[in-house]
Amino acid sequence: MKKRLDLLFQIASLMTLVIALTALGALVWDIISDGASRLSLSFLTNIASRNAAEAGVYHALMGSIWVIALTGALALPIGVAAAIYLEEYGTRSRMARFIELNISNLAAVPSIIYGLLGLGLFVRLMGMGQSVMAGAATLALLALPVVILSTREALRTVPNTIREGSYALGATKWQTIWHQVLPMATPGVLTGLILALSRAIGETAPLITIGALTYIPFAPDTVWSKFTVLPIQVFNWVSRPQAEFKTNAAAGILVLLVLLLSMNAVAIVVRDRHQRQGRA
Amino acid sequence: MKSTGILEWIIEKLLFTCAALSVLTTAGIISVLAFETYEFLREVPVLEFLTGTEWTPLFANQKFGVLPLVGGTLLVSAIAMVVALPMGLLAAIYLSEYSPSGFRRVVKPILEILAGVPTVVYGYFALTFVTPLLQRFLPELSGFNALSPGLVMGLMILPLVSSLSEDAMRAVPRGLREGSYALGATRMQTALKVVVPAAFSGITAAFILAVSRAIGETMIVAIAAGQQPRLTASPFVPVETMTAYIVQVSLGDTPQGTLEYRTIFAVGMLLFLMTFGLNLISTWLRERFREEYA
Repeated sequence: MKKRLDLLFQIASLMTLVIALTALGALVWDIISDGASRLSLSFLTNIASRNAAEAGVYHALMGSIWVIALTGALALPIGVAAAIYLEEYGTRSRMARFIELNISNLAAVPSIIYGLLGLGLFVRLMGMGQSVMAGAATLALLALPVVILSTREALRTVPNTIREGSYALGATKWQTIWHQVLPMATPGVLTGLILALSRAIGETAPLITIGALTYIPFAPDTVWSKFTVLPIQVFNWVSRPQAEFKTNAAAGILVLLVLLLSMNAVAIVVRDRHQRQGRA
Repeated sequence: MKSTGILEWIIEKLLFTCAALSVLTTAGIISVLAFETYEFLREVPVLEFLTGTEWTPLFANQKFGVLPLVGGTLLVSAIAMVVALPMGLLAAIYLSEYSPSGFRRVVKPILEILAGVPTVVYGYFALTFVTPLLQRFLPELSGFNALSPGLVMGLMILPLVSSLSEDAMRAVPRGLREGSYALGATRMQTALKVVVPAAFSGITAAFILAVSRAIGETMIVAIAAGQQPRLTASPFVPVETMTAYIVQVSLGDTPQGTLEYRTIFAVGMLLFLMTFGLNLISTWLRERFREEYA
């Protein structure tokens, strides 16, 4: 009796995983079956249009690439610097504890709140307007906690003997960090950055909030250009009642997912190479 | 020699500035929200905002009672939690107490994919797949409703619950389990009566974080729940959440400085306070848990 109950419980627990994975399968199948037929080269190179059959994602795709590249350029140096401070300098200070607590809380603030911050601070107060710059700055703030956390983990994996060896040779603290610690931590840092960016590239709400437009007749050419991004284009299409636009949305999602998967693939390659080096 | 000392000092201060930026971010969020909310509350009494049951700031007859938005948010979140909490916990128990390690290695990355899918994709899934599917069994379900986005949101949050709960359960010392087995307990009894209680504060922290995530989730509800603020407990009719309202206003061209424009900051402030409070409780519980098994 006891045994049978135990088995039943085990099966019930396993079922939750099966249900979750089935749902994921249904999601993927739903999107592929809706959108795959709409995918073509012209879908990638055409611009948004009132006519569903002619519409494409070119401007949104370019917007996403611009915003994400700039987000990375902003979040990487600041995030790494912050992580170095917390991990190598201020580990014991009260201030560092406070900053740490603050970062872990920020990581759980809803993304749309970052959008309101971006709207009030970057778009209005700093006068950036609804530009690529304002969008990237907003997403960089959103990505920072992730970059900081993963960089700290990467720094922690560097053995202390490396630091001590470097000090023994007369190097200063910063020389040790810059020439010894950071190069060893680089693959871990990059993996974390890519994961943070692959989350940022799917973000929709904060960019809608700062006023990124749903229809943009041009691709960005400077960081001050107005822009739209893939998820917003998808949202725009989903919100229309006509079925043809829903098909476009599914195809847009496929483009977004391919972009995401390739970013994750890069992260995995970087991590694997790092592990192999670590063993050698 | 002296110049390198100065350089080292400058670098340390620069690094510190970057770390302190996170504190400035929090301060920035609070000041932006507080400023606009203050302006908003000068025209709309606090009591009317927090206790009013009608929300029509975009109509000619403006009413600023936020309760319908809060109600919509809580309704969708509650549905999501009914899915995510029990399923997430059971999944965590399976992964931590039952599963062979090979199975874990395959399933965990897939769960991570589930957590990494952009929310706009879940919104599409809820609107074009789950809602029509549910309508076959529940003909009274309208095209926009709280049920479908709630269920999909639960699915999205499940990996968060299972992964954090699993971490908490794995931190429970082996000795406790072995003691339980030695007394003749089955694995289920050990899991439910020893491991889960021992990991209780860690699991609660995961649950609270999940609630906070559900309250702040935006795109699923903006796409699939509708845009009709209404105070109801029915999961079958269109509702509007706090987040969906912010999106709705952001998409329109509401001029800056108007009362309508300020509503999104007031609603944002309320949203921020709710999630921030939950996050603090969650962090505190996790710290306590870490102390127990340090």
